[in-house]
Amino acid sequence: MTSVAEKTKGRAGASPAQSPGALSRATAWIRRAPLLPALIFMIVVTQLPFVATLVISFMDWNAYYPDEIGFAGVDNFRRVFTDVNMRDAVWTTILLTVGVVLISLVLGLGIALLLDRKFRGRGAVRTMMIAPFLVVPVAAALLWKHALYNPEYGLFNGALTWVWKLFGSDNPPQPDWISNMPLWSVIFALVWQWTPFMMLILLAGLQGRPLDVIEAARIDGASGWQIFTSMTLPHLRQYLELGALLGSIYIVQNFDAVFTITSGGLGTANLPYTIYQIFYQAHDYGRASAAAVVVVIGTIIIATFALRTVSSLFKQEEGR
Amino acid sequence: MTTQTATAPRSAPQAVPKKKERGGAWLTLLAWVVGILFVLPVVWLVLTSLHSEADAAQNPPAVVAPLTLDGYREFFSGGASPWPPLLNSLTASIVSTAIVLLLSFPAAYALSIKPVRKWTDVLFFFLSTKMLPVVAGLLPLYLFAQNTGLLDNIWLLIVFYTAMNLPIAVWMMRSFLSEVPVEMLEAASMDGAGLAKTLRSVIAPVVMPGIAATALICFIFSWNELLFARVLTATVAETAPVFLTSFVTSQGLFLAQLCAAAFVVSLPVLIAGFAAQDKLVQGLSLGSVK
Repeated sequence: MTSVAEKTKGRAGASPAQSPGALSRATAWIRRAPLLPALIFMIVVTQLPFVATLVISFMDWNAYYPDEIGFAGVDNFRRVFTDVNMRDAVWTTILLTVGVVLISLVLGLGIALLLDRKFRGRGAVRTMMIAPFLVVPVAAALLWKHALYNPEYGLFNGALTWVWKLFGSDNPPQPDWISNMPLWSVIFALVWQWTPFMMLILLAGLQGRPLDVIEAARIDGASGWQIFTSMTLPHLRQYLELGALLGSIYIVQNFDAVFTITSGGLGTANLPYTIYQIFYQAHDYGRASAAAVVVVIGTIIIATFALRTVSSLFKQEEGR
Repeated sequence: MTTQTATAPRSAPQAVPKKKERGGAWLTLLAWVVGILFVLPVVWLVLTSLHSEADAAQNPPAVVAPLTLDGYREFFSGGASPWPPLLNSLTASIVSTAIVLLLSFPAAYALSIKPVRKWTDVLFFFLSTKMLPVVAGLLPLYLFAQNTGLLDNIWLLIVFYTAMNLPIAVWMMRSFLSEVPVEMLEAASMDGAGLAKTLRSVIAPVVMPGIAATALICFIFSWNELLFARVLTATVAETAPVFLTSFVTSQGLFLAQLCAAAFVVSLPVLIAGFAAQDKLVQGLSLGSVK
């Protein structure tokens, strides 16, 4: 019933304002009125600054040289495109985002499948799984950096010492995790935080599976693997897409982990961190803005695809 | 077909009871192991925060060392007081969440109960702002704040956090509001109920849990934010995450104290998150997953 209502609502959205006369125009505005505060707020706070960024990106403006502010043409953009650091940052951002999203999606899928069964303590395990997502990101990054990765007293090396001692060795390996694999250190910490998120979305997807169809397939002799690949995965596809999309939106913008764990050193500076540095430490406003504009254009290209995904999901929901 | 599926669940487990049971036990064990592995760093955080600094820096780890509240005592009364940043975070999160709710509820109403023309376009405009990298708006906001004397002012953060969470809230609220049965709204309007009465007696009972979840999630995102707080605040309006990052400058042993600090700062989020647990998925997926 609701689905029908949803559908007609979706399609009839245009109808009231189409009826002629001043009265209907007034009703249309009354309908629009509750929307306006939020809409105007968003335009002012998110769109205007971007226009400013666009303007500044064409200016020669460094806070250290306040007398030399002027028009720079496309100089800033030229510097952005020829800057090795920027190119590295783009690459790092891609590696970081794809790495975290892929690994946490796969892990999240596995754990969601484990939690989809009924077993003793399922609620407890679910609660334990959510906990990492509910640690403040900066706190989580500090926890990984100092309490886990630290080569002298971190838990990882502590555990290695303990295991080696168990076998009678006094010479356990004590790697310096962050120096040895800086980007992976950041990725692992983020995977730990984001796997619960993926798991929750996929678990919700699994629980929306039509169970009777799966039962029928099982009776017809389909193996567990066949059911998984030909029924569960296709059903989960849109949930996997959604998880990947939302995860990417947040992880592309990650600042906290990079800033805290490595301070952008050792090749872990992603785009947000690099722009932050150009602006906050080098005070080169023109170049920072140009970099920001380039990032925004890149984001718009990717977001167009992303929005299409959400849009198709959305239409499916409306039509259901 | 129907009879087949109806009888199937009863006969199927009988066919392969042994194998399934044993496999099930292993899967249960695996689920527990994975759950424990994921929660272990959090447990370790809490445990370390309750150890003395000397015990916290042991290798191999001193798991069963005597517990003490020294880390917390040191955090709260050792150096700079954490209370101003904690209160700043609380103010910024609660006030921005309240404004988000005030703005997003009417907007969601106009996008679901009585949809305006082109309401999907509006909805996607909100979503698209969420995809813009925040770092792109950072510089103009900083310059604006600098020129208007709003730097290091908590209100600037409140405005920014409102903008950061408004799209999420609009999407979530819309999803919760569209769960209100249309028949109920029609019945209410036929009974001559005005907007206020409809909102109070028809819509509110259905969407209250959704509004609560929206509020909790907005609170969490505001509380967690670091980049803007770091750039736009200094000593006066400093928030808890910024305080945490500046915390690790002390020399010597500081791990227990750091863990205590990290846990105290995370506590509100843990509480809010577990309170919103049931609606967390729907909220985080912007209402597209139920």
